[in-house]
Amino acid sequence: MEALDGNAIGGMLYHVFGGEMTMAQAQCGHCGARGPLAECEVYLGGPGVVVRCRVCHNIVMVLVEVREMMCVDLGGLSELELPAWR
Amino acid sequence: MSFVSRGFRSRRRDTDADPVRVPPGQSVTRDFPVLSAGPTPHTPLDRWTFSIENGGVLRTWTWEEFRALPSEPVTADIHCVTRWSKLDTTWEGVSVDTLLAEVDHDAGYVLAFCDGGYTTNLPLEDVTGGKAWVVYTYKGEPLDPEHGGPARLLVPNLYFWKSAKWVRGLRLLDEDEPGFWETYGYHMYGDPWREQRYSGD
Amino acid sequence: MARAAILGRLTWRVATVTAVVDETPRVRTLELEVPGWRGHVAGQHVDVRLTAEDGYRAERAYSLASAPGEPPVITVERLEDGEVSPYLTEDVRPGDAFEVRGPIGGYFVWRPDDGGPLFLAAGGSGVVPMRAILRHRRNSMSEVRARLLYSSRTLEDVIYRAELDGEEVVHTLTRAQPPGWTGYARRVDADLLREVAWPAEDGPLAFVCGPTSFVESVAAGLVEFGYAPGRIKTERFGATGGR
Repeated sequence: MEALDGNAIGGMLYHVFGGEMTMAQAQCGHCGARGPLAECEVYLGGPGVVVRCRVCHNIVMVLVEVREMMCVDLGGLSELELPAWR
Repeated sequence: MSFVSRGFRSRRRDTDADPVRVPPGQSVTRDFPVLSAGPTPHTPLDRWTFSIENGGVLRTWTWEEFRALPSEPVTADIHCVTRWSKLDTTWEGVSVDTLLAEVDHDAGYVLAFCDGGYTTNLPLEDVTGGKAWVVYTYKGEPLDPEHGGPARLLVPNLYFWKSAKWVRGLRLLDEDEPGFWETYGYHMYGDPWREQRYSGD
Repeated sequence: MARAAILGRLTWRVATVTAVVDETPRVRTLELEVPGWRGHVAGQHVDVRLTAEDGYRAERAYSLASAPGEPPVITVERLEDGEVSPYLTEDVRPGDAFEVRGPIGGYFVWRPDDGGPLFLAAGGSGVVPMRAILRHRRNSMSEVRARLLYSSRTLEDVIYRAELDGEEVVHTLTRAQPPGWTGYARRVDADLLREVAWPAEDGPLAFVCGPTSFVESVAAGLVEFGYAPGRIKTERFGATGGR
């Protein structure tokens, strides 16, 4: 299956973070690559969503919805810079 | 419940299926959805190995050695936690009993590990006694990489996330440890007949 | 409802279909009425959620085809094994309704102040957000140069054909071409890009949208052609063209 990108989960990210997140700058904790979440690889894996660094493919974020509660693992990021929300 | 849209229904449903074969909350499908947590791995067969470990490697097989093991055909119904089920899927592979027979152990649990880093945990009881295989053929053809080829775990009695794709081995454990999805709240056991989708179900 | 009025929260709202337009044998445009719609930016999308009587639910994202200031409009391509697109392209009638959430997006968007020149590359239904961008450019009387490279399987599959005739569009038809076709007849490659894309020294702003393989190949091609990677915006749909 071909990966999508962060645009595909824009709604889910907005729901979790409370604002537009595709422009948030994500820094990969594994290789240091930095770029907007919109450009990360996204796998709609069935049980959950896996977001990977486009450069090294390591996991940067996992989002799982369990009984209407979102579990979000940001451990793969060394930094997540939120965009300035108007 | 949210707003219901006139006339909308699941397209995948195969209404000919015998309801007694369908666990609660599931819909039988004719296709075979591909769902993944990462890019499809492509380990060359001359570097592929399957191992049984418990901290150290107890036993390992190369692809050739693995293919030389006694294998058997398997027909099974499979149930994905995302609510699709597929009946009478046909595979061929090596029973996990055959693999574990070569190893001395008293583990209670296993953690399947895979190319790409995916893991999933299972009680030893659920991968022995003819309940689990490492399969490399689906519908008479070599298992497609998209569906877990060259080889994947097949444990039909549990939700299909336990049938780990691109499996490379089993780690023997004394205690149950959550694998990838289990860590995020999916059920440690995952019995589709008791609808054990999430932790606490 | 008080909850919907809270700024910064994206809630599901019920959208009613006011009109449907069959663009091609597989593609349909749905004009929507969404209570409380506060407008959108060109390039944004909405999430659509369908719930069946038995509780079965499916959710997909669709780009908005209309320009800011116009009512929300989506264009949907029917996928053979789709769960949502067959319903939206075959069953839905004016008066029907479903839930939407949006507008969503802040990366794959264009506002006139962002300038150009604009190079838009669309594969299949990837042309939908491009229509929003081109309409917005036109409605706002922007003087920014824009060119659309649009890859489709056949002429019959070209969406918004009449409307795009008024724009600077270069078509390529990859599977079959009508008799007498003098245009491009192959998948986008480096040579094609070199002939069609604005020169890199013009400092273009590029938007690439469509199936993942199309986007990766075109974006890589533009980088090789000299486009600044930071000025190439990408949006990937699924392998078969939908999300």
